[in-house]
Amino acid sequence: MIESITNLFSNFWVSLAGKLLLVATMVPVIGMLLGFAEMKLSAKMQSRVGPYFAGGRWGWAQLIADGVKFFQKEDLIPEDADRPVFKAAPILVMVGTVSLFLVIPFGPGLIFEDLSVGIFYALAISSVGTIGVLMAGWSSANKYSLMGGLRAAGQLIAYELPLVLAVVGSVIMAGTMSMSGIVEAQISAGFPFVLVQFVGFGIFMIAALAELARIPFDMPIAESELVMGYVTEYSGFRFLFFFLAEFANMFTLSAIAATLFLGGYWLPFVAESTLEFTGPLILIGKVFLLTFTMIWFRWTFPRLREDQLQTLAWKLLIPLALANIAVTATLKVVF
Amino acid sequence: MTFVDWISAPVNWVFTIIGLVVIFSGFRVVTSRNIVHAALYLVGALGGTAGLFLMLSAEFVAWVLVLVYIGAVIVLFLFGIMITRAPTGLDESLNSDHTALPALLASGFFLMMSWASIDAFGTQVIDSTGEPVPTEIIGESLFGRFVIPFEVVSFVLLAALIGGITLARRDLSPAEEEERSAV
Repeated sequence: MIESITNLFSNFWVSLAGKLLLVATMVPVIGMLLGFAEMKLSAKMQSRVGPYFAGGRWGWAQLIADGVKFFQKEDLIPEDADRPVFKAAPILVMVGTVSLFLVIPFGPGLIFEDLSVGIFYALAISSVGTIGVLMAGWSSANKYSLMGGLRAAGQLIAYELPLVLAVVGSVIMAGTMSMSGIVEAQISAGFPFVLVQFVGFGIFMIAALAELARIPFDMPIAESELVMGYVTEYSGFRFLFFFLAEFANMFTLSAIAATLFLGGYWLPFVAESTLEFTGPLILIGKVFLLTFTMIWFRWTFPRLREDQLQTLAWKLLIPLALANIAVTATLKVVF
Repeated sequence: MTFVDWISAPVNWVFTIIGLVVIFSGFRVVTSRNIVHAALYLVGALGGTAGLFLMLSAEFVAWVLVLVYIGAVIVLFLFGIMITRAPTGLDESLNSDHTALPALLASGFFLMMSWASIDAFGTQVIDSTGEPVPTEIIGESLFGRFVIPFEVVSFVLLAALIGGITLARRDLSPAEEEERSAV
């Protein structure tokens, strides 16, 4: 029985369909879990109750109800909108998000595709979503949307660089760009890279927050100035795509940070032979810790100004990341 | 190789499809009457090119293409277009009457490149076994054998960067300077 299932999954097309199905279920489930966490945590931090009624205890079904609501909504497209571009934008944003799941190692051998340039692929494919954001902002034929799209583009270009440069330190230490290779390097080193690469970790998390356009970097969708920025004109299912992509992106970027800096699916003092079962739990635990911090930031910090955001990226984070690379490379050669 | 052999290999199918996408997108980049659409078709052309590099097992080059050209250059294009003017309709002023010379130049360049590659490689088949080229090899040849061209290119880029800043920069008048420092 098990053998026939293994044989079935060794077929390229069957395994491809299985992987696609798995990711297609993971994205909405993660989106709902994190969305619910955001609602409950923000309520806690503001001394409110939060969702309470839907589904009985703790209002656990709130996000399911929200999902059903989005399905029922009318699919509105503005009169002057550029229809093909308007329709393609949420799909492109979603593609950028879903493709990231490909290279996240959930355990030894538990990875959709172990690319040899894994982390570089992740950085490259995540930049595709930026085009989707710009397309959404422009095609809506709305001033607020366009302003939101422009702010998003300026912000995402500025923070792409520190994001890429922050990763280099870990890659130099591991000597490989394969995601599972980086985790194995941390296992054989015996410590998570964050102990040495704390500067890189800090820069990566700040840049990841900016890439996600979350507070304190949420100028592209600043509701007090721009309504909802580039998503203003979207409704129903297309809006849901942006919403899910944001939360799934929180998950994937946290998972990449956990893999590069926090040891991924590995914890010290956990026997390596059990990692196949405990690995995914360890990784998801670390991811939830990081996403909790992101949500915590959102409900604690005020929004930065546009010039402060650019100054932070170009004058602080990029020089710091370059210095980090130089120091790491020197130490690598010396030791 | 007979046509039947050629058509029965799936890799040739993939190549043909990607090639058609690249040619179509490239054609639409120059014929589109909407400047934002032209930039978006360029994304298609570059994405197809990245696909061709993937087919040649040049994984790193393919993702560099995506990161640098799609993720940064096209985003800057779109940013520049939208910050200056962003018409959502057709723009007739984009249509140029001068088509003969550019067409001649483009086809001349195409012929030259085709001749050069056929002359250099002939019927030599690229052995793409599906194993990606290790990044170490690229790094070692870039910083070993090709280190001088690499440094020259980076020097030229640095000069272009400084030149760009100098051209775009406008020095403030003393009155403006005072006003800014007062804030």
